[in-house]
Amino acid sequence: MPVADTLVDTDASVTDASRTTHVDPQTASAAGFVPQQSRAERAASFDIGAFPLPSGREEEWRFTPVKKLAALLAEGATGHLDWTTSLPEGVTTSTISAGEARDLGILPPQDRAAVLAAASAGGAVLVDVPAEAELTEPVRIRLDGSGSDPVHAHVVVRAGRFSKAVVVVEHAGSARVSELLSVVTGDGSDVTVVSVQRWADDAQHLAQHDALVGRDARFTHVSVTLGGAVVRVNANVRYAGPGADATLLGVYFADAGQHLEHRSFVDHNAPHCKSRVTYKGVLQGETARTVWVGDVLIRAEAEGTDTYELNRNLVLTDGARADSVPNLEIETGEIEGAGHASATGRFDDLQLFYLQARGIPEDEAKRLVVRGFFVDVIREIPLADLRDEITAAIEEELATTDYAAPIQQTPSQHASKEN
Amino acid sequence: MSTQHTLEIKGLTVSVETEDGPKEILRGVDLTVKSGETHAIMGPNGSGKSTLAYSVAGHPKYTVTGGTVTLDGEDVLAMSVDERARAGLFLAMQYPVEVPGVTVSNFLRTAKTAVDGEAPKLRTWVKDVKTAMGNLKMDPAFAERSVNEGFSGGEKKRHEILQMELLQPKIAILDETDSGLDVDALKIVSEGVNRAKDASGLGVLLITHYTRILRYIKPDFVHVFVDGKIVEEGGPELADRLEEEGYDRYATVPAVQA
Repeated sequence: MPVADTLVDTDASVTDASRTTHVDPQTASAAGFVPQQSRAERAASFDIGAFPLPSGREEEWRFTPVKKLAALLAEGATGHLDWTTSLPEGVTTSTISAGEARDLGILPPQDRAAVLAAASAGGAVLVDVPAEAELTEPVRIRLDGSGSDPVHAHVVVRAGRFSKAVVVVEHAGSARVSELLSVVTGDGSDVTVVSVQRWADDAQHLAQHDALVGRDARFTHVSVTLGGAVVRVNANVRYAGPGADATLLGVYFADAGQHLEHRSFVDHNAPHCKSRVTYKGVLQGETARTVWVGDVLIRAEAEGTDTYELNRNLVLTDGARADSVPNLEIETGEIEGAGHASATGRFDDLQLFYLQARGIPEDEAKRLVVRGFFVDVIREIPLADLRDEITAAIEEELATTDYAAPIQQTPSQHASKEN
Repeated sequence: MSTQHTLEIKGLTVSVETEDGPKEILRGVDLTVKSGETHAIMGPNGSGKSTLAYSVAGHPKYTVTGGTVTLDGEDVLAMSVDERARAGLFLAMQYPVEVPGVTVSNFLRTAKTAVDGEAPKLRTWVKDVKTAMGNLKMDPAFAERSVNEGFSGGEKKRHEILQMELLQPKIAILDETDSGLDVDALKIVSEGVNRAKDASGLGVLLITHYTRILRYIKPDFVHVFVDGKIVEEGGPELADRLEEEGYDRYATVPAVQA
């Protein structure tokens, strides 16, 4: 990918790793732990008992500040969110029980936060998009928090065969939320879910967003994470049949004091499916922290798979830390292609020189570069007003930036491609 | 007659950081370029021609260790890179830089606004851009592409000249704008430079390895650049002699490298 050429290495506080299996030396050496050899071995269950309180040493929690999350990871929730929904014609919502939600074929929870959301939300809100409905307006769900008591939420989106829908879930206010968003799409459907995190500074949000993607269907998930103290959005895809296409996208902007984590898991369990994973982040301010872990598993039966995942981080100031971990497991050689790339760096000196040599002041040149950095992900958001809103929110973040000096040009890249 | 502008370079010495410490590249350059004049700087690879261009534009990699550069008497060396551009200097780069996600159209408008100190009037601007692109035989679709991303060598050079025509600098330095161009592209690019000269009395400092471009852009002065300084100066006839004899006669000076 040519983009990698424009990014440079930064200091030791930025880590980058890529492995083809989940053997983590740190975890492996910790007494009492048997490391998982494959992403497929990770617990996935509707039973709370399958997910004890995390210590922070577990593979799936090792980057997350779990100590801060004790209240949210305990059983028993007393909090409250205000729901505002806007439904296009033909789309209905209803409340269903946890058991009914399971019967719809949703993917099981994969961590404690998600299992609490499934078990303790008091049922789920089902958004139903009928078969062959082609929505011209998006389904919009807005969740507003106004307190610090833990709250669990479970939303199920069922999109019928050959339907076409955009679902936007916006999160705002102060809250401690564990959220499970389960999407089940029908054959030949085209569904986009956009999840926007514009929480207040003190919010905690642990989310698992799943999709079981129908045969020959297209599914797109976009995470936009700008606000919140600790936000973790895990996006997972599994295929219900061959020929499907999944795209997982993310943009995040972390300021001082924020921990913004995104994990994705594409489980290629069916032949001739495609996946593209692209997450881009900007960090500014001391203690700004981001994590991206992208898991892709190509199972033996998933012949003809075509997958690529990419993470880029742009570090604007000293003291920020971005972790980036692409993991690719391949159990069959009969694939179209599989690759991953990760790069974390600061501003490219040459780009800034070029823009400034045309009279553009340094600050404005940097804003141009950051906007340009995000643009390929943001333009995938299917609603113009939402795109504008997100662009404006990023502009606001940039207005407060006190930039670090760019590093002199030592182009290098942390990109690798397999197969 | 447009206002006269003067870029004056006096005794310029420039060094660059290397692993073995600072290395002097420019060893005392004297050169004056006025509005309407075209100066060709010719020299072998590694003679420091591009360093001269980048140093005047203010690239942070190069350290000025002595001498002065002024534009209409103003101290250019005291200015930041963007201030130099706003003062009226333009550098057409040998290797234009890709800026992913920033469209040509946005880039041009932002640069024009910065150079003029106010946003251009929308209607005339759109027309000006369209006309300038048409003159340079650039597909209008370029306006919506990311700056230099995926451009061919020739497209990048035309894009440099497009910027020069639209930003209307006082003095332009063209750093090997001819390298890597086929004859057709070379003619198109040269026409652009000549248009800018005619339109605004642009002063041009043309850095080149070859004499080919001088068939299309007529120099008033030719300077031979070897080992970090000008070793011979003359009129267009000097270029003709270089065409026949090459740079070998200057090779008494060591440290010329590819």
